[in-house]
Amino acid sequence: MKVLITTWLSALLLMFSTLAQANLTIEITRGSDRATPIAVVPFAADGENLPEDVAQIISDNLQRSGYFEPLDRQAMYDRPSTSDEVQFGQWRGLDVRYMVVGRVSREGNGYRIRYELLDVSGSRRMLGESVTASGSELRGGAHYISDQIFESITGIRGAFATRIAYVTARGAGNDMQFALYVADADGHNSQEVLSSREPILSPAWSPDGRKLAYVSFETERPAIYIQDLATGQRVRATSFEGINGAPAWSPDGRRLAMALSKDGQPEIYIMDVASRNFERITNNNNIDTEPTWSPDGRSILFTSDRSGGPQLYRYTVGSGETERLTFTGNYNARGRFAPDGESIFLVHRSNNGYQIARQDLGSGRLVVISESRSDESPSVAPNGTMVIFATQQGNSGVLSAVSADGRASYRLPSAQGDVREPAWSPFLN
Amino acid sequence: MQFKSHARSLALALSLALVAGCSSTGGTQDGSMEGTRNGGAGTGVAGSGQVSGTGVGSGTNGDRAGQQADGRIPEVRTIYFDFDRDNIRSEFESVLVAHARYLRSNGNARVALQGHTDERGTREYNMALGERRANAVKRFLEVQGVSPSQLEIVSYGEERPAVRGNNDDAYAQNRRVVFAY
Repeated sequence: MKVLITTWLSALLLMFSTLAQANLTIEITRGSDRATPIAVVPFAADGENLPEDVAQIISDNLQRSGYFEPLDRQAMYDRPSTSDEVQFGQWRGLDVRYMVVGRVSREGNGYRIRYELLDVSGSRRMLGESVTASGSELRGGAHYISDQIFESITGIRGAFATRIAYVTARGAGNDMQFALYVADADGHNSQEVLSSREPILSPAWSPDGRKLAYVSFETERPAIYIQDLATGQRVRATSFEGINGAPAWSPDGRRLAMALSKDGQPEIYIMDVASRNFERITNNNNIDTEPTWSPDGRSILFTSDRSGGPQLYRYTVGSGETERLTFTGNYNARGRFAPDGESIFLVHRSNNGYQIARQDLGSGRLVVISESRSDESPSVAPNGTMVIFATQQGNSGVLSAVSADGRASYRLPSAQGDVREPAWSPFLN
Repeated sequence: MQFKSHARSLALALSLALVAGCSSTGGTQDGSMEGTRNGGAGTGVAGSGQVSGTGVGSGTNGDRAGQQADGRIPEVRTIYFDFDRDNIRSEFESVLVAHARYLRSNGNARVALQGHTDERGTREYNMALGERRANAVKRFLEVQGVSPSQLEIVSYGEERPAVRGNNDDAYAQNRRVVFAY
C-alpha cells in the first residue's frame, strides 16, 4: 500500500524549510507506570547515510505519549528489518509486547520507508505499509508512521504529525522582543511567524490548521490579527479601544469568540469572520474573558469573576443560558475542552500555586495533573491524550506537556528565552 | 537585600533634598515605592480631597509635587498595587494629585495609563486586571477634574514586566500603572 503524505502538509513543510529555526528539544520528566513495552528496531538504510534516524523519531514519539515504553537499543539481540527476519521467541524473552521493523531506501529525489508493526505475543503482523517522503519530509514520514502505530495499538488516532504554535519573549520593561513560532509537535522545524518589540499573545489555530488568530500590540495597542500560515497574509480583525483579546475559533471556522472591553469591562463577543458582525454574549460589571468553544460548537466556556474570583462558566449558544462550572477553590481560569467535550482542562490555584487541572463535566470532580507552581495556558492535543502548557524552569518560561491522566509528562526546553502560550494544532492530515 | 540598599540610599538622597528622580529604571522604581511609602505614612499628606500641595510642605512628597505643579510632567510616573487589588494605595494619592494638577493646567497634554500585573495567573485574565488598575487611576484623575479626553487606558497585563523574576520583590515592582505621556 502506497501512502503519500497529504499535499498541503508537504507544501507547509516546504514553505517553512528556508526560514530561520529556533527548535525546542524534549526531556521526558515522568514516564507512565502503565506504559506498554515496545521495541522500535533501528531501520535498515541500504547503505545510505540518512539525514534522520526514522526509528528513533518513532520511538521518541511513542515514549512521549506515555502509552509506550520503548526498549533500549542496547538490549536488542539483532536488528531485523522485515517481519520474516524476526525470531518472536527471542523478543518475547525481552518482555516486549509489540515491535516495529522497517527499511529506508532511496527513491528518486526522496525516500521510501517500509515498516511493519508486529504483535510479539501473538507472533503476527498488525500493520505493514510503504511511505514515500522527500528528503526534507523524513521527519514528517516518521510522524505519520508513529500515528499509524499509535492508532493501530491504542485505537486512538495519533497526533504526532501535528504542530504547535507558541510565543517567545526576551528582556524586560521597555526593552523586550517577542516572536510567534510554529513548530512540529516534537519541537522540531520551528519557524517564525511574527516578531515584534511589542507583546504577542493568545495564538489560536483555525480548525483547518491553515490560519492563526492572535493578539499583537505592534501598534502599541492590542489588536486581533488573523494570519494565513502558507501565504503569510494577514488581516487585522479587531482594534477597538481597550482590550482586544483571547480569540477562539468556532469549530466550523466561521466565527471567532473574543474578549473586548470597548464598552467598559471585558465582555465576550462572537465575531462572524466573513461579515465582521459582532454579537455580545455577556453583559455585566465584571471581567468576562478567555472564551473557548465546545467541540460541538453549541456552547462557549469562559472565565468570569462575577462571583468574586475567577471561575469558569458555560454559555449555551441559542438559549443564551449561562451556568457556573467550577466550584473547587477560588481561582479557576482559561478552560479548554477535551475533544470529546466530556471534560475540561483549566488553570487551578491552590496552596501549591497555579497548576493544570482536569475537571470531569459529568461529576464535577477536579483533578490536578501538573506538578509545578506556575503552570498556565493549557492546550489539548487534537486526540485528547496530552495537554501542553507553559511552566517555569528556574527563571525561564518553558513548555511542558502532561498526559490527560497526569501519569506521563515531558518538557520542551529552549535556548531562546521565555517560551509560553502553546497552542496545539488540529489534525493536519 | 538589594531592595533595602536602594531604599537606604534613596532616603539619604531625600534628606539632602536631592529630589530629582534618577532616570535608571530599576532605581526609580525601587525608590519611588519606598520613598513615597515613607513620606505618605509619615506626614499623612495624601488626603484625597487635597487639590494642591500647599500647606503640606513638611512632607517630601508635598515638596516634590509642589515644585512640579505647572510646566513639568511630574517625575514619579509609576504607582504600585497590592496583589489582586486595584485600589489606589494611600501613599500614591499625592502622585496622582500631582499628575491631575499637571493635566488640568496643560489641557493639551495626553497620557496613556498603562496597567500591569505580576506574572501569576492567566494572561488574558491578567490583561483584564491590568485594565482595572488603569481604570482606577483614570477614575481618580477624573474626580480630580482631569478631562477624560486627556486619558487613555492600555492594559499590558503581565506581558511587560518591569523586572524579571518570580519572587515577591519582582511581583511588587510589576504590579503597577505607568503614566506614559
